[in-house]
Amino acid sequence: MLLVTCPYCGPRPEIEFHCGGEAHIARPAEPAGLDDQAWSEFLFVRTNRKGVQAERWLHQHGCRRWFNALRDTASDRFLATYEMGAPRPSAGGEELR
Amino acid sequence: MLEAKEVSRRDEAAPALDEVTIRLLPRSARFSLRLRPAEAKRLGRVADFALDQDINRLVATGERRSLRLGPDDWLLLAPEAGSEAIAEEIGSGLAGVFHALVDIGHREIAFEIAGQAGARVINSGCPLDLADAAFPAGSATRTLLAKAEIVLARPGEAPLWRVECGRSFAAYVEGWLTEAAAAVNGRR
Repeated sequence: MLLVTCPYCGPRPEIEFHCGGEAHIARPAEPAGLDDQAWSEFLFVRTNRKGVQAERWLHQHGCRRWFNALRDTASDRFLATYEMGAPRPSAGGEELR
Repeated sequence: MLEAKEVSRRDEAAPALDEVTIRLLPRSARFSLRLRPAEAKRLGRVADFALDQDINRLVATGERRSLRLGPDDWLLLAPEAGSEAIAEEIGSGLAGVFHALVDIGHREIAFEIAGQAGARVINSGCPLDLADAAFPAGSATRTLLAKAEIVLARPGEAPLWRVECGRSFAAYVEGWLTEAAAAVNGRR
């Protein structure tokens, strides 16, 4: 069983969670000023990294809060979870991108 | 129900335990309260419902029970009789404080699972660790039982669990629990 550490509830079974895709994607301040290319990239284009990636996760069947997680997409290991709005943590002294 | 059988088979060597019973609990007043955590900390309690306990903890004050299911999410339980009066009491206690209070008394239904092997019955569909160390008396959390979302609470030291589920899930949840209990009881 894969355990995900919710920042509010602690380690909980993965089936209680829902993944919400890549994290830290800022909405453009002036959407009207963007051309179609830039807007569609904001909407649809994601990194899809093989390796450590920051993702949004929802503890759907628990505290129902969104949080961010650093997950290795190749090994499915969760390296860190942190509250929404908190800066992306670095792991092992190296800044994860 | 494969899971229930698996659970009972694993503990074949365990000593004899009392029979696990499933019981439908009488109707009760239920409220969903959403409130900012900072306000909850400042107020401490409202209308005899605690607000400042840790997340996933239950606090009982007389017959009024407050289950904190998330940082800003409380489930308030009380006897059904005074339902409307309780809503008014909470409303006046929170006057001037930004909050949302919804009466969900008719939305949910509760079962009680009693018996020392009760945790095994719940674990047939719920992956949470229900051992005393991980889920001690006073724990309460939203989780899953098989395909249904439930609120699971352990009010006291006694081997007694309360399972709250949506009304439309009641037959499914009861069926699941009854079948799991039959498997666990059969292996005593």
